[in-house]
Amino acid sequence: MSGQVYYEDIEVGSEIPALVKYPTTMQLVKYAGASGDYYQIHYDKDFAVANGLPGVIVHGWLALSFLGQMLTDWLSEEGTLLKLSGSYRGMNKVHEDIICNGKVTKKYEEDGRNLARVEIWAENPEGDKTVTGTAVVALPSRG
Amino acid sequence: MSEEPVISEELENLLNVEFGPEVYEIEKGMVRKFAEAIDDSNPAWQEVAPPTFPAALVPTELLHRLFNAKTPLTRLLNGTSDLEYLQPIKIGDVISVTARLTRLRQVGGKDGPTLFMFTDVTYTNQRGEVAVRGKNTYIKY
Repeated sequence: MSGQVYYEDIEVGSEIPALVKYPTTMQLVKYAGASGDYYQIHYDKDFAVANGLPGVIVHGWLALSFLGQMLTDWLSEEGTLLKLSGSYRGMNKVHEDIICNGKVTKKYEEDGRNLARVEIWAENPEGDKTVTGTAVVALPSRG
Repeated sequence: MSEEPVISEELENLLNVEFGPEVYEIEKGMVRKFAEAIDDSNPAWQEVAPPTFPAALVPTELLHRLFNAKTPLTRLLNGTSDLEYLQPIKIGDVISVTARLTRLRQVGGKDGPTLFMFTDVTYTNQRGEVAVRGKNTYIKY
C-alpha cells in the first residue's frame, strides 16, 4: 500500500494499482469453509470434471474478493467503497495467476461527496477477462 | 427441437416470497477466517468486515430451495454479484439476512436451455439500519 489517494489525484483513465493473486486448491477449501459455499466444483476435481469443467475452478466470489482487495488497498484508510459488482464471465483455474485491474471511468461530486466510478476486471494468464464489473468509491479531498 | 421448459411451478411459487430473517452474529474469528481465506491482510478487517464478507452471510433457506428445485438442469454457476454498502458491517454487529427471488428467465442456446435466477438480499444490522443490499444471479444449465 502506498499512501492515501485523494480525489484531486485521479482523473478519468487513471489506473488502479494492479493486484495479482495465485489461488491454490487449499485456498479454495479455506474459502469454502469461511463462506459456507461447499459446491464441489471448487475442490473436488472428479466432480468438477464430471460437470464439464477443466478442473476445480475458483469461486466467483473469491475472484471478486481479490478485486475488492485491489480497491480497498487503493482506497487506503480514508477512501470508502460504496458499490461493488462483478459478472462472472469465465473460469479462473487454480494454480495460475488472477490479475486484478481497475480504471477510473467517471469522476463526480454528489451530495457533497467526491465520487468515482471505476471499471474493474480480473484476467487469467491468457488475458481473458474472467470477471468484469464496476465499483463506486468516495475519496477524501485535499481541500 | 422444441425448447424444454425449465421454469417449474415449484420455482415460480418462490417468486417474491421473502425468506428469513436469518440472524448472524458477526464474531471476530469468523471475520478473521474470511479475511485469511481471501488472503487479504488489511488490518482494517480486525474491526470491520471486508467488502465481500456478505457472501458468508448466506440466505440458506432461499438458496437451498433454488438449488434443489427439481429441474432438468443440473449444473449451477454464479452469474453476477452486486453489493451496495450503506453501513459498515462491524465485529459485534448482529446482521439479519432476508432474501427474495425476484425474477426467473429461461434462455435457449445451442447446448440447451439456461435458467437465470435473480435474487435480492438485504443485510440489516441490530439498529434496524440496512447495512448492505445485495443482488445475485445464479445460472442453471
